[in-house]
Amino acid sequence: MFKFFAIPAHDRRLIPEGRLSGPMPWVIAIMIFLTVLAAAAGLAMTRATSDVSDQLSSRATVQIIEANPELRGRQAEAAAERLRTLPLIEEVRLLPPEEIQALIEPWLGTQDLAEEIPLPALIDLKLAHVATDAEYQSLRNTLQPIAPGARVEPSSGYIAPVISLVRSFQWIAFGLVALLALATGAAVIISARSALNTHTETIAVVHLLGGTDQQISRLFQRRIALDALLGGLIGLVGGTAIIWLISTQLTALGSGLVQSVGLDWWSWLIIAAIPILGMFLAMVTARLTVIGALRKIL
Amino acid sequence: MKDEIVRFENVGLRYGAGAETLADLNFTLYPGSFYFLTGASGAGKTSLLKLLYLSQRPSRGVIRLFGEDAVTMPRERLPGFRRRIGVVFQDFRLVPHLSAFDNIALPLRVAGVREKDLETPVTEMLEWVGLGDRASARPATLSGGEQQRVAIARAVIGRPEILVADEPTGNVDPDMAIRLLQLFEALNTLGTTIVVATHDIHLLSKIPGAQMMRLEKGMLADPTGSLRFPPLPKDQLQ
Repeated sequence: MFKFFAIPAHDRRLIPEGRLSGPMPWVIAIMIFLTVLAAAAGLAMTRATSDVSDQLSSRATVQIIEANPELRGRQAEAAAERLRTLPLIEEVRLLPPEEIQALIEPWLGTQDLAEEIPLPALIDLKLAHVATDAEYQSLRNTLQPIAPGARVEPSSGYIAPVISLVRSFQWIAFGLVALLALATGAAVIISARSALNTHTETIAVVHLLGGTDQQISRLFQRRIALDALLGGLIGLVGGTAIIWLISTQLTALGSGLVQSVGLDWWSWLIIAAIPILGMFLAMVTARLTVIGALRKIL
Repeated sequence: MKDEIVRFENVGLRYGAGAETLADLNFTLYPGSFYFLTGASGAGKTSLLKLLYLSQRPSRGVIRLFGEDAVTMPRERLPGFRRRIGVVFQDFRLVPHLSAFDNIALPLRVAGVREKDLETPVTEMLEWVGLGDRASARPATLSGGEQQRVAIARAVIGRPEILVADEPTGNVDPDMAIRLLQLFEALNTLGTTIVVATHDIHLLSKIPGAQMMRLEKGMLADPTGSLRFPPLPKDQLQ
């Protein structure tokens, strides 16, 4: 597989190699830089949607809507007691008023509104499994006699439009990766053809001395593979730096879906492999281009 | 057929849609013989040589090379056959960024000869063409005659079965021309078939026993002087 790296020095001299002297490594560096960013965005969004979906799909919230605070409190206690007995419910947590206050604080400020606004009592439920619509309806029916104003809402329902939007971005990111791979391939084809034109005479001589298509294409493959690897590493370093910067800023935001945006170790592995994949893409494209061009001569 | 190295049967060559550059060529070359190919400029000498060293396929006819049909031969087999043919190009075609040593070593490297086995034959070849002290010189720093000698050394280093030379003495002084022909003759005595294209009629008498093919407007013409046409096997020459 790495045979092309083992080309003897004298053969390499046939097609002079100037590291970073042409535009090719820099074009590849930009392509890989953008690919790394797009891939990181796609992978981070995949993780975020997956994490949030996993977390929320087995959670539900019960709102006890009752204007009378004392009655609301009693209903909430009774509903929580009843819910704890159900096999569908794994965990029940009645949110204390301070926590509810904290939830609405970003919108309504820090003043104590409990007396003025009849905030519902909230019960956070962790379900034993992802509940069906019928199970949610059964839950509502169970709570109806205890708290007539109770509403049972699957948590995933709140965030479903956001998840859908993030999924769209995720596919756009992966689409960009595919487009960048195509653009990289096109750049390699142009570069290989340009190199072929530059070295037409040398190739013709080697050809007439009995050089095979494979021998000649290996020279170009190696040169373009090294250019791609070098450019890819530059792009990877640049891309990784940007990812690190963004992730630092996202962490500082510290809440909700945004905090779920991050990269697993396997995502980093995929990102680290991008320059290698880019190199192989460049190598295969160069080989096909050069052999295709050589086949046009006898 | 046995005892023949090249055979042309009704060979014609046409570039694009133009008239035939070569037409109705019928001849046989025999192993170990020495041939001159003569004719005026534009007669088709270089085109005929291109057919010989497998740079072109003919538009029609049959070419048998080393006993095999070179016209229908799959492209993948051509490199192996090209390695059996040494070529001195009219314009030398040296690789400009390689030294004289590396240019001469090129056919051996292409053939996969190991680096440690290269030094001696290439150095000997450099000495043979009188360029022992110019091994590391690049073509641009060599005179026309020196470049030509490098081209000749490159053509013969692999001990080809056929040596094809297109105007090999065109850029050298008369003394060097005779010396180069003597080199070819020496190679010929070792068994290599030599085909030298030249328009210099005076060269022909320098190689006793050489045969001549003369091209006129892309067709083989009658011979002149004492040389024989069509070519005969060496052992049948008087």
